[in-house]
Amino acid sequence: MKLTKLAIVTAMAATVGTTSALADLVFPSLSYRTGPYAAGGIPFADGYADYFTLLNERDGGINGVQARVLECETAYNTQKGVECYESTKGEGSLVYQPLSTGITYQLIPKATADGIPVHSMGYGRTSAANGKVFSHVFNYPGTYWDAASIIVNHILEENGGDINGKKIALVYHNSAYGKEPIRTLEELSKKHGYELSLVPVDHPGQEQKSQWLQIRRDRPDYVLMWGWGVMNQVAVKEAANIRFPMENFIGVWWSGSENDVVPAGEGANGYKAVTFHGVGSDFPIFEDIQKHVVDKGKAAGAGDQIGTVLYNRGLYAAMLAAEAARAAQEIHNTKEITPAQMRDGMEALKIDSARLEELGLGGFGPEINVSCENHGGPGLGAIAQWNATDGTWSLINEFGPADREIIDPLIMEDSTAFAAENNIPERCS
Amino acid sequence: MLYRETGDFKSSYATDQQTFPIRSERYLFWGAMVIAFLVVPFFINDYWEKSVLVPLLVWSMAALGLNILTGYCGQVSLGTGGFMAVGAYACYKLMTAFPDLNIFFVVILSGGVTAFVGMLFGLPSLRIKGFYLAVATLAAQFFLVWLFNKVPWFYNYSASGQITAPERTIFGIAVTGASAPPWATYLFCLTLVFLFAWMARNLTRGTLGRSWMAIRDMDIAAEIIGVQPLKAKISAFAVSSFYIGVAGALYFSVWLGAVEPTEAFGINVSFLVLFMVIIGGLGSILGSFLGAAFLTLMPVLLKNVMVGGLGWPTDLAAHFEIMLVGGLIVFFLIVEPHGLAQLWRLVKEKLRLWPFPY
Repeated sequence: MKLTKLAIVTAMAATVGTTSALADLVFPSLSYRTGPYAAGGIPFADGYADYFTLLNERDGGINGVQARVLECETAYNTQKGVECYESTKGEGSLVYQPLSTGITYQLIPKATADGIPVHSMGYGRTSAANGKVFSHVFNYPGTYWDAASIIVNHILEENGGDINGKKIALVYHNSAYGKEPIRTLEELSKKHGYELSLVPVDHPGQEQKSQWLQIRRDRPDYVLMWGWGVMNQVAVKEAANIRFPMENFIGVWWSGSENDVVPAGEGANGYKAVTFHGVGSDFPIFEDIQKHVVDKGKAAGAGDQIGTVLYNRGLYAAMLAAEAARAAQEIHNTKEITPAQMRDGMEALKIDSARLEELGLGGFGPEINVSCENHGGPGLGAIAQWNATDGTWSLINEFGPADREIIDPLIMEDSTAFAAENNIPERCS
Repeated sequence: MLYRETGDFKSSYATDQQTFPIRSERYLFWGAMVIAFLVVPFFINDYWEKSVLVPLLVWSMAALGLNILTGYCGQVSLGTGGFMAVGAYACYKLMTAFPDLNIFFVVILSGGVTAFVGMLFGLPSLRIKGFYLAVATLAAQFFLVWLFNKVPWFYNYSASGQITAPERTIFGIAVTGASAPPWATYLFCLTLVFLFAWMARNLTRGTLGRSWMAIRDMDIAAEIIGVQPLKAKISAFAVSSFYIGVAGALYFSVWLGAVEPTEAFGINVSFLVLFMVIIGGLGSILGSFLGAAFLTLMPVLLKNVMVGGLGWPTDLAAHFEIMLVGGLIVFFLIVEPHGLAQLWRLVKEKLRLWPFPY
C-alpha cells in the first residue's frame, strides 16, 4: 500500500511538473469514451476538442493565447467525474462541461465554492437558469423544461392547438436526468388537458420489453423520450417493433443523434427530436475543420464523427466557451483569464447572428444573450426529423420559444427553495 | 533480524493476548496511526481527499462490514449496495429532519437503522445457505434501490430524485457540504474507521466472533456444542449492516455530497465490496483495508500513470485499466487465494527467520 501511495505521488509530481510551465487557456473535457454512454460521449468530445484545435491552428488560439483541452475519462460515472474535477481544477481550468446531469449535480456546490463556472448546456439542473441563485452555473441556450414545452408546442401545432384528452407517454431514464421534465409536463397537462403517463427505464436501458408492452397496451397518441446512451437505440428499435407511428415519437435533444436511429434501419424513418442548434455539415466552418484539423491529422478520436448531431453539439459547446473566454478577455482587459473572469465572460456573453456568420456558423443556432438574472439563455428549439433513406436529420420548423408562462414560475419556485435550503442570498440587485 | 520476537517477554495474560503481540509490529501500527492522524492532515489537499483517502476509508469501512458477515460468519451477501443506500438515505432523512443533531450521531444512527434493516433481510439466512442466500440478499439489493427511487418521501419530494447533503459541522468546522476543508472530512472519516476497526477486531476475537466462526466452519457442529444459530447469524447481519450503513452514510454525506440511488448504489457496488473482501482476505481485519486499497487506489494510480505520466489517450487508458485490474485480480486469486492478508502473514513468517531460513 505504501508503495502504491509513493507511486501516486511520483505520478502526480510528473504530471504537475510537465504542465505548469505553459501559459494557456485550459478547457477541461470530462468526456466518456467508454461504457454504455460512449456512443453519445465520443462525438461530443471529438467536436469539443476539434473546435479548440481549429482555433489554435487557424487563429493561433483565442486572441493569441493557445487553448488547451484537458481530457479526463468519466465513463458517465459520478465518482470518476468527481475525481476528474479534483484532478483538473488545479491546472487553471476555466469552465467545466461534464455532459452528465448526475455529475453536474455533484459539481454545482463544489465548483461554486471553488469559484469555477459550470456550463451544463441543455442538461443539468434546470433551475440553475436563475442566475440570481446560481452564480456559477449556466445552462444556456436551453433547458430540459424548455425542451418539454417545445415538444408539447409542436404537438399542439400538429393538432391545431387542441390536445385535450390526448394521451402522451414519457419514456425516461430513471435518474435525475430523466425525471427533470416530469414537473413541467404535469403542469402543461393541466393547462392543455392531455393525459400524461410515466414509463421509467432503469440504467443502462438495454432491456425495455415490458415498457414497450405497456405502451402497446395503453396506445398513447404520442411518446416522448428522455433517454441517453444505449437506451435510445433500444427504445427506437422497440418502437419500430410494435409499429408505433414514428412521427409521433419525439425525443429530447439527447435522444436525437444518428447513433440512436441507425440501428433500427428503415423502421426509424420519421422519428423526431427537439434540438437547439442546426444539423448537418453544410456550414462554412466545416471546410476550415477539414483544412486545418483533419488534413493536418489533428482530429480528435478516430475523426469519423464530423458533422454528426452530437459532434456539432460538442463543437457548439466549444464555440460558446471560446466566445465567453473572448468576452472575459475584453471585460478584464487581459489575455490570460482566470476562472472568475471566465464566469464574468459567460454572464456577459452575447452572440448575434452576425457573429455566428463570422464564425462560419451562420444560422446554426438562435442568438444568445446571457445576463446576470438569466443563465438559461433564449430557450429556443426546433424539431428535427430523421430520414432513414438519406440517413440525414433535417429541421422541420423554425427555432421557436417555450411556454415561459409555465416554465418561469417553476424555475423560480425550485431555485428559491434551493436558495432557502442553502442560505444563498440573491444576486443581481 | 528486523522483525523478531526474541527478548519480547510477556508477564501477564493481557500482554500475551494483545492484538499485536510482537513489539516491532506494535511500533509499526502506532507509527502508521501517528502519520495518519497527525501528519497527513497537514498535507492533504482536495485531490487527495476526494479521490484517494476518503474513498479508501469509506470502502474500507464497507469491506470491514462485509468481512464480518462473509469472512467471519460465512454468510455470502450481495446486498451491500442496498445496505449502503439504507445508510445514506437514513443519514439524509436524519440530517434534514433534525438539523441541529451533530453529524457524528447522525452517522451512528444511520448505522443503527441499517442494522435493523439488515436483521430483517438476514432472517432468511436461518433457512437458506450458500448460493441461495446470495440470491436472497440480491433481492434486498434490488428492492432497496427500487424503493429509494420510487417513494418520494425518501428524497424529500425533490424534482430530480437526487439527495444532497446540507452543510453540517463538528466543533464549528464543516465536515459535509462543499466548503468543508479536506483535513476535516478526512479526520472525521479516519476517526470513525479507526474506532470501528478497533471494535471489529475485538468483537471478532471475543465470544460473539467465535460463535460466528463456529457457524462459518460447520453450522451443525456449532449448534451441537451450544452456539445458537439464530443469535449468531442475526447478530452477524446486524453488526455487518451497521458497518455498511455507516460506510453508506459517509459515502453520501462526506465523500460525494449528492447521490442518486440507481447509480451510486447499484449491483456493481455490491460486487466491488465483495471483491475487496475476497482479494483482501476473508476473515481478516487487515485484509479489508488491503482489499479496499487495492481496488480503489489501483485504478487511480493506473490512470495517473497512463494519462498523466505517459500521455495516452483517455479511452485507451480506461480500457487498459479495466483489463489490467481484471488481470491482477485473477493473478492474485491464483497465486494467493487467501488474499493479500495471507501474503502479509507469509511475509511476516519469512521476516521472523530472515536472514537464516531453514
